[in-house]
Amino acid sequence: MANKFEEYLRPQFMPHIWCPGCGHGITLNALLRTIAKLELDKDKVCVVSGIGCASRAPGYLDFNTLHTTHGRAIPFATGIKLAKPELEVIVVTGDGDGAAIGGNHLIHAARRNIGLTVVMFNNSIYGMTSGQYSPMTPSGKSATTAPYGNIERDFDVCKLVQASGANYVARATVAQPRQLSTYIERAINTKGFAFVEAQGMCPTYYGRRNKLGGPVEMLDVLKKNTVTVQAAAKLSPEELKGKIITGELYQANDPEYCDLYDNLIKQAQEVAGK
Amino acid sequence: MAGSCDSRARLMQGNECCCEAAILAGLKFFAGYPITPSSEIAEVLAERLPRVGGKFIQMEDEIASMAAVVGSSLTGAKSMTATSGPGFSLKQENLGFAAFTEVPCVVVNVQRTGPSTGLPTSPAQGDIMQARWGTHGDHPVVALYPSSVSEIFDITVKAFNIAEMLRTPVILLMDEVIAHMRERVIVPCADEVEVVDRVRPTVAPADYLPYDAASDGVPPMADFGTGYRWHATGLYHDVTGFPTSIPSKVDFLIRRLIAKVESRKKEITFTKSQYMDDARVAVVACGITARSARSAVRSAREKGIAAGLFQPQTIWPFPSEMIADIAGRVDRIIVPEMNMGQLVLEVERAAAGKCEVVGYSRVDGEPITPDEILARLEEV
Ligand SMILES: Cc1ncc(C[n+]2csc(CCOP(=O)(O)OP(=O)(O)O)c2C)c(N)n1
Ligand code: SF4
Repeated sequence: MANKFEEYLRPQFMPHIWCPGCGHGITLNALLRTIAKLELDKDKVCVVSGIGCASRAPGYLDFNTLHTTHGRAIPFATGIKLAKPELEVIVVTGDGDGAAIGGNHLIHAARRNIGLTVVMFNNSIYGMTSGQYSPMTPSGKSATTAPYGNIERDFDVCKLVQASGANYVARATVAQPRQLSTYIERAINTKGFAFVEAQGMCPTYYGRRNKLGGPVEMLDVLKKNTVTVQAAAKLSPEELKGKIITGELYQANDPEYCDLYDNLIKQAQEVAGK
Repeated sequence: MAGSCDSRARLMQGNECCCEAAILAGLKFFAGYPITPSSEIAEVLAERLPRVGGKFIQMEDEIASMAAVVGSSLTGAKSMTATSGPGFSLKQENLGFAAFTEVPCVVVNVQRTGPSTGLPTSPAQGDIMQARWGTHGDHPVVALYPSSVSEIFDITVKAFNIAEMLRTPVILLMDEVIAHMRERVIVPCADEVEVVDRVRPTVAPADYLPYDAASDGVPPMADFGTGYRWHATGLYHDVTGFPTSIPSKVDFLIRRLIAKVESRKKEITFTKSQYMDDARVAVVACGITARSARSAVRSAREKGIAAGLFQPQTIWPFPSEMIADIAGRVDRIIVPEMNMGQLVLEVERAAAGKCEVVGYSRVDGEPITPDEILARLEEV
């Protein structure tokens, strides 16, 4: 089992572009481990991404892969899923890609409850463009475009996705890779829109600029700042400041969009046949 | 002509006719966002597509619609979107993506007066250059431009066929007046319509190189989900589909993409001519303006003026060689258009000084009348 996921890689395109110690590798590992565990048919898996460091992942994966434009992975994936619902369509996106430029698509895909699995590689920064702040850079932190500290509030993207109508919402950090795999597994097994936020880390830009040390120290910071959703329920807003709430945050069983569309086709054809 | 169905004359609106033709050409997926004067296309397809087992989705904006269309086409479904003015601007980034990743699709732009929200929703022909250069960087483009409802039928079918044949997005430029006009159209039976499908790979999946083009410059395209696991990216890529920045490979790719369309120019160039054999003054016009010109040229002939009309239905790639030929035979070319002068620039370039080229612009939200064109013809 240990290296089973290697068969899902395209080794001929390695080495990958990620920096040593980048958290994206851990999230990708969790994703592949899950796909291996579920024994998904490679031919029926489609991985779609936008633009950013995280979004470079599909190129290295031996599935049907699509590296699209910045922020637009979800609508491309929507076209694929609706046209061929039997495909397992997984979207890989960054916090900038998915929560800034692609935020509106995220809302509407969740609202439709279309059967995509979206994994957001949240490294709290724009990595690919060298460290500008993203909508998920915590207030007060430094970025190249927030040299005096970020005065914007970072938002809780999981709450956004839940409120928009998704069937599954969870968050884990890269300091808990097994938990992350478990959530991705449940996301893939969810009928309807499923979202996993993987709180990761970018040592090169976010870590260095905010003096958080190297990858190992950053992992420690992640561990220290994490509270489970159950523990968080007992804490005051003051105590929760700066904490990362992990766990399965929401689950529902609402009808999936492509299923609804198939019913619509039946209806339309019955009407036409009469 | 008797077909296997009851092929019949129908009174149809331009937008409705576009849908009818698209379905006969094999359309299976439409994604769009409402905007006048193109909305009827979405409305008709929302009703019609599910009946033929196709899919319709109203996306959250035009960027998303363009993206969804590319996604669905990657699974093998013939796909289309339709929009107008501001929406066409929003489609540009992913239109470039489709051209670069070679994903066939049809993009309808029923033009309206711009810039910005402009004069909703009066007619204009201001997107001729946007159709060519709207997305950033060099890229191949095919854009077709009908001038009547029955031309919409033929040209829509051709748009799908060219998209499939060349693995490229095809833009269908329409005029508001024709999109909303009702005219008689003979709708053929399905088996009377020539339908082209993209070439799919015949090699085993292990041997498939997604961007290894055949001699015609077009690589066979595998549907996602059929065992050919390939990678599509908007980065420069080599024959494997994987990103590259090696200068020779970068140069090779962009030149192949441009040549793929240019080398088939004859096959994809559609034009109409009237009284051109002995014309001394030619009108070059597209869409609704070509209709006015047709009538103006007829009146001019009655007055003894040796006028003719050349109507490009394919505007990109531009039929430069045909214009050059005309320029060598006439004294003057008049280019009436509902913009500040876009088509005229291409005509001037192609005429290369061989004859006089004069533009005529109308930009008040009203179509150019036959009398206006006749007056220009009488100026000679
Ligand atoms: C339309 C557009 N705007 C801007 C960019 C530049 N750009 C590339 S990646 C990126 C941000 C990526 O950040 P994120 O999504 O957080 O991913 P990361 O690189 O951190 O993994 C930006 C702004 C672009 N490629 N396209
Ligand atoms: S810049 Fe940051 S996010 Fe990008 S690869 Fe390097 S460490 Fe990872």
